[in-house]
Amino acid sequence: MIPVDVLGCVVPLITSQVREAARGEREPLATMGALKSTPDPIEYSDLSEKTGFSLKQIRILHKRFRQLSDGDDVLRREHFRCISSLRYNPISVEIIEAFFNRRNFSPSLQGIADEIGFEEFLAVMSHFRPPTAKITDEQRKNIRREKLQCAFCLQGISNQCLPVTGIKVAFFSAVIFNMHDSDGDGLITLEDYRHLVEELLSRSGALGKETAKAIANAAMFEVARTVGHTDPNEFYEGITFEHFLKLLSNFEIESRMNTLLLRVLMFLDMFVRSFL
Amino acid sequence: MAVVGPGSVSLRFGSVLLILLILSGSSWTRDIFTGRNDTRPEPNREHHDQDQDHGTNATKHKKAFPVLESNYDYVRMPFEISLWILLALLMKLGFHIIPRVSHIVPESCLLIFVGLLVGGVIKAIHEKAPVMDTKLFFLYLLPPIILDAGYFLPIRAFTENMGTILVFAVVGTLWNAFFVGGMMFAVCQIEAAAAAHVSLLSCLLFGSIISAVDPVAVLAVFEEIHINELLHILVFGESLLNDAVTVVLYHLFEEFSHAETVTVGDAFLGVVSFFVVSLGGILAGVIYGVLGAFTSRFTSHSRVIEPLFVFLYSYMAYLSAEVFHLSGIMSLIACGVVMRPYVEANISHKSYTTIKYFLKMWSSVSETLIFIFLGVSTVEGPHNWNWIFVIFTLVFCLLSRVLGVIGLTFIINKFRIVKLTKKDQFIVAYGGLRGAIAFSLGYLIHEDGDNKNTRGMFLTAIITVIFFTVFVQGMTIRPLVELLAVKKKKESKPSINEEIHTQFLDHLLTGIEDICGHYGHHHWKDKLNRFNKTYVKKWLIAGDRSSEPQLISFYNKMEMKQAMMLVESGSAAKLPSVMAAAQNMEQQREPTPERMIPKISKTREAEIRRILRANLQNTRQRLRSYSRHDLFMDPFEDNLSEVRFRRQRVEMERRMSHYLTVPAKRQETPSVRKVWFEPEHKVYTYDENESPRPSDSAALLDESNRSADGQSERQKPTRCLSDPGPNEDEEGSSFRSS
Repeated sequence: MIPVDVLGCVVPLITSQVREAARGEREPLATMGALKSTPDPIEYSDLSEKTGFSLKQIRILHKRFRQLSDGDDVLRREHFRCISSLRYNPISVEIIEAFFNRRNFSPSLQGIADEIGFEEFLAVMSHFRPPTAKITDEQRKNIRREKLQCAFCLQGISNQCLPVTGIKVAFFSAVIFNMHDSDGDGLITLEDYRHLVEELLSRSGALGKETAKAIANAAMFEVARTVGHTDPNEFYEGITFEHFLKLLSNFEIESRMNTLLLRVLMFLDMFVRSFL
Repeated sequence: MAVVGPGSVSLRFGSVLLILLILSGSSWTRDIFTGRNDTRPEPNREHHDQDQDHGTNATKHKKAFPVLESNYDYVRMPFEISLWILLALLMKLGFHIIPRVSHIVPESCLLIFVGLLVGGVIKAIHEKAPVMDTKLFFLYLLPPIILDAGYFLPIRAFTENMGTILVFAVVGTLWNAFFVGGMMFAVCQIEAAAAAHVSLLSCLLFGSIISAVDPVAVLAVFEEIHINELLHILVFGESLLNDAVTVVLYHLFEEFSHAETVTVGDAFLGVVSFFVVSLGGILAGVIYGVLGAFTSRFTSHSRVIEPLFVFLYSYMAYLSAEVFHLSGIMSLIACGVVMRPYVEANISHKSYTTIKYFLKMWSSVSETLIFIFLGVSTVEGPHNWNWIFVIFTLVFCLLSRVLGVIGLTFIINKFRIVKLTKKDQFIVAYGGLRGAIAFSLGYLIHEDGDNKNTRGMFLTAIITVIFFTVFVQGMTIRPLVELLAVKKKKESKPSINEEIHTQFLDHLLTGIEDICGHYGHHHWKDKLNRFNKTYVKKWLIAGDRSSEPQLISFYNKMEMKQAMMLVESGSAAKLPSVMAAAQNMEQQREPTPERMIPKISKTREAEIRRILRANLQNTRQRLRSYSRHDLFMDPFEDNLSEVRFRRQRVEMERRMSHYLTVPAKRQETPSVRKVWFEPEHKVYTYDENESPRPSDSAALLDESNRSADGQSERQKPTRCLSDPGPNEDEEGSSFRSS
């Protein structure tokens, strides 16, 4: 399909960066000073290996990072909140939190960060980027399998139930799961779900609490039924990651993710081509 | 159908034969009637005069009072029309009696075959058959089908693949037209063809007529094979959108073939006219759609005529577009698409059902008539069988379709995220069926002096191509789909979770786009939604519904249906025994290794799903019932078995039990779910603070209370959902039916 992006929805914000680059600053980052957290181009290849972005994409993202952080080398929550179009988003809080959730940086980490560097920014962004053909399948499998094993260890289920092709879906789902699970205990309880529904409805005003509760109830019931969890003796605590995966697998998440998310990537590619 | 004794098979065959004979017979007698009136007007008049004489003489010799007279003339027109429609529908019925045939042969083929038979019979008795009048086709038969398709168009799939569809529709059709036209012109120059008098422009005209994929034929065939949504929308969308191209090309070449020279300016004007035709058509559709939506805002007091507004505005959109030679099909589609979300928010459930059923009904009748008339016109029409021309036309049509699809897909795949595989390409190419539109356009060609034979030749070729595509491709596509293991349509399970997550994903992706600084697809979609919400909805949706978010309306509709079912299915007293028995049965059947969880049996789940599916109005962009072959039965209108209702009740009760249970940790009193069932003609507003009004279902409330206590003692309740928070448990989870 022919993306509208090609027809030039160029973000005016980035033009200053573009002008910088056009003025001949081939390696703008090298002139930014020798701050430790600012990777120079040599480290780009490391990041590229780790996250799967191409060098050009990393460069673009770095520019965006610096723009968001006003030239600083760490991003804080206030920087995210400055993005005007994000304000209209009902789940903006969750999205921002996802960037500061250490679990999303690397499966072995825990906790919440207050500020993130470019590497962490890239790590979170890489979750929203399914692997392209640019890295070899081997590399991809190695990266993902390793990460996934750790992730699943944490959640307490075996990875034998997942096919290899499900890995990228699973990883994406893991991020979403973390976004739902606000208290980080590995379960989406009714409370979490209710909170989610309330947020989704929050834009429409004061209809909120009762209906949100009813909807969340119905949804949880459905999940329980989907995973066959109708034992009268069992108390359904919350949605585990495994159940969540099962739930999402019914929704053709993979194709939708592919279809929608890669636009971001395509933008990065095309933007780079036209301006660098 | 499986258990059929030999006796009943022969009975069925016998009945079908009988129907066929009756049909032929009645059309024959009908034609005799018309024949008499047509070909012998004179004797009638004479007869009349004689009657008058008799009349004047009557004063002298008293004529007996006529107890029984026949005056066929009076009812002739409606009688004929009704008879034809009735015959068509009886044939449709007949096909499904014969078990085997309807599986192998698509309905369209059978109908054409019947048309051929009837046409043959009519010809045999030397009468003039009703041919497919172009006006009849374009003004009466085509719009219902297109409206049906457009109104229930799956928007999400359509817009996601819009680029691909447009490329196929515009570029593909242009390629087909020029390729076929050009090659046929070359063929005409061959000695053996004896068609050297055909000019290039005529050939191009012919090419443009025959190159367009026909929506009627595509719908008729594709609906029966239940292919996956992507392929369906690709082929079908292409067939809809290529109307603009066809219209422009047709008029272009027709004009040019009468003109002397063709200049570059003319070609340029042609391109301009393409944009005018398509955009103009869409604009006309949008205007009427907005008008329709606006009108539906005020229909709360006259619900009965609501469906009429939908139909009439859409039809007006079509006609208005046709006035200016704009693309009527695109206008109709645009009208349906624009009107639908607002109208559905405004009209009652019954009106919605009416609209759905009427559209399906009309489009079904239209389709049947179109194919039958196609058959009849085949027998009737001016024919000029030119072997070489016909064969080459067929070959080039197929060739151009295949080449076009392959070439375009190669280009498109560079821009697509979900690439089209070879299998997809094959199905898209194979599904390019031609149909009645091509035929009607062929009929429209003016018969000039030297063009007489040409027209006949063209028509013959067009009919041959149509027959080939509908019969051969239509019949073989189903086994091919099976053979190639093409993905079938996914079993639709509308679930509240899916809805929640769809919205969640949309927001998430918009957020990520914003963080990247990328104003992409999601950003603009979000902006459009916001614009829609703040301005458009306020104007076009009545009352407070305008601020109702998607999720809530979805959920409410789901709940209302369940509530209505619960109320309809009567008392809950019988249930526990049934339920216990069911549970025991299930437990025996399905112990999973780790835990003893009884699963809800598949049939019950399927039943509930089916019911939910049939009743959900607002599955956003995911309405899968755009096939008139699988309209699900509405349980309110279905007075089916007690067993079924009992099953529903069981499920509902089970569901309710979840809410009525007492989680030991959290609460003391069970939270009762209150169900309000209010009459439909009221407009519902959201008012959280309004105290619950015990209108119609107080009885239900008591019952549920009683049964709740009973159940919690008799069985260990499923403590699925906890309802924490002592403050909140007073209101329970009351909700309004909408």
